[in-house]
Amino acid sequence: MDSKPTMSTSSLVLPKKPKGLKYFGIKLIEQRVLVLMSVPFLVWLFIFKYMPLWGWTIAFQDYKPAKSFGEQKWIGFDHFQFLFQDERFIRVLRNTLAMSGINLVLGFVTAITLALLLNEVRKVAFKRIVQTVSYLPHFISWVVAASIVQTTLSPDGIINQILLWTGFVEKGEEILFLGIPEYFWGIFGASSVWKDVGWNTIVYLAAMTMIDPAQYEAAEMDGAGRIKRMWYVTLPGIKPVIIVLLIMNIGYLLESGFEPQYLLGNGMNVDFSENLDIFVLKYGIAQGNYSLSIAAGMFKTIISFILLFAANNLAKRMGESRLF
Amino acid sequence: MSQSAAKAVSSKKSRIRSSNGDRIFDICNYIFLTLLMVVTLYPFLNTAAVSLNNATDSIKGGIYLLPRIWTLDNYAYVLKESTIFHATLISILRTVIGTIATVFCSAMVAYTITRQEYVLRKFVTIAFILTMYFNGGLIPNFLLIRDLGLINNFWVYIFPGLIGVFNLIIIRSFIEGLPESILESARIDGAGDFKMFYSIVLPLCVPVLATVALFSAVYQWNQWFDVFLYNSSNIDLSTLQYELQKILQNSNASLTTKSAGDAFANAGNSGANTVTPFAVRATMTIVASLPIIMVYPFLQKYFVKGMTVGGVKG
Repeated sequence: MDSKPTMSTSSLVLPKKPKGLKYFGIKLIEQRVLVLMSVPFLVWLFIFKYMPLWGWTIAFQDYKPAKSFGEQKWIGFDHFQFLFQDERFIRVLRNTLAMSGINLVLGFVTAITLALLLNEVRKVAFKRIVQTVSYLPHFISWVVAASIVQTTLSPDGIINQILLWTGFVEKGEEILFLGIPEYFWGIFGASSVWKDVGWNTIVYLAAMTMIDPAQYEAAEMDGAGRIKRMWYVTLPGIKPVIIVLLIMNIGYLLESGFEPQYLLGNGMNVDFSENLDIFVLKYGIAQGNYSLSIAAGMFKTIISFILLFAANNLAKRMGESRLF
Repeated sequence: MSQSAAKAVSSKKSRIRSSNGDRIFDICNYIFLTLLMVVTLYPFLNTAAVSLNNATDSIKGGIYLLPRIWTLDNYAYVLKESTIFHATLISILRTVIGTIATVFCSAMVAYTITRQEYVLRKFVTIAFILTMYFNGGLIPNFLLIRDLGLINNFWVYIFPGLIGVFNLIIIRSFIEGLPESILESARIDGAGDFKMFYSIVLPLCVPVLATVALFSAVYQWNQWFDVFLYNSSNIDLSTLQYELQKILQNSNASLTTKSAGDAFANAGNSGANTVTPFAVRATMTIVASLPIIMVYPFLQKYFVKGMTVGGVKG
């Protein structure tokens, strides 16, 4: 109760602005309620977000869990060197880039297409139903989604049934989709699209509402049909949004996701399903090789950091709004 | 007749002429979008049908949209299983506690960084925003959690993800958009900062907090990885999603046998021999997604709002 209404006083007597530690201390005491409201979370932030960075030192050690920090043997970049000579790591890197590339291209193309089509729907009720249905899979967990995908692709799942009906496969010759390594990227891409395509349209649909209706009228005067209007008015209208999102997504090139690969992966498709995150998990948690898996994780974080920073700056330079 | 229909359309929407080509486009569009809905919904409906069908009958295959032999046995079996019942409780508990904690704490920090005169405002803001650019990674986080003694501990579901930077930014933007006059008058009345936050700002922020709460609740309900990573050796802390993940893992392992039938032995040990792993998986899938499927259509606009608010630069 006795804490003074600091803001009104300071805004009234603003001109004098003492500097220095003493001023800072006085202010801290004056604003102790604000301090109490935020500093505990600063401590939380430090512990949970900054402290783990300390763990990166392990990547440069021949880490033995039983020893203390001072007793660990330092070995420099040996683990990193090992990684880049490791066939498995190279394969994992390939899978990561391939899957995030597929996700990027497929995700953009499908979402933009769907947004364009939804934008052309004039019956508001129908549009709303399509939107509600297509957003739904975004909110279920990947565990549920993986279970559904597995059922759909199983030998007696609907996909094989359709192939049977249409005569592409014979009875008893059903395709074990998740058992064929080369199919994994496609399955991953398709299930990601199934899960998120609707949700990803939101940004584009929002951008489309900002397009000046006069442009459509002008295009129509010039004799442009629906498809031409989509191509020459709507698409250019959302171009800035597309560019920003594309640039921002480059920052996540090494984030190909973890859950779908882990949940749909199995012994047969491991050569194509294992990505960086799974590699880290398997080496680190399952085999207890902390040093190597931290080195791999560090590699990912640092590359992502650089990409994200570059992407952010690129977006800024192009005069687009940054993500943050 | 087509003339009048065209007129109706054109009067409704800004003089857009409806030519033949446009009409064909419209028809194709509606067909395509309907197909899309079918593709999106079919797997859910199929899974629901399997879960409501007699388990031994399902093995014969041929269950599509409707059960052949209706039964609730699968649900009875799943819900009678004490592990799953307990896991459901933990799922609910973490969703409720996690959501409340996240909303309250995020809002509180967001409020402090909207106070222009707060000396630590810049520092706190930057400290949080920086964490968007990096993270320690899986193993360092795991080692930290272990060293903090949070392994096999319920609170590992709550603490590590307490405040999301994204939430912080959207709440901050919302508070900054509130009319200054309300806050000012409360301050003149002598309200301290916590009182300001608790009785003025918090109630005014309900729209944005609802969005944050929804996303947080969905996250908590859907999460299985932290259970797997930290609490997998304590069955009392297992959640519904993790139980489903275990089932999935088992049927993944049995993929080579080509039959979904004999995946694992734990089904059927309660005397109800009519239950198969395949049916249990379908039933668990429905149980694990039902809360979201039921709640989501009514709250859709809040979800979408969160998405579009996030698009605006913080």
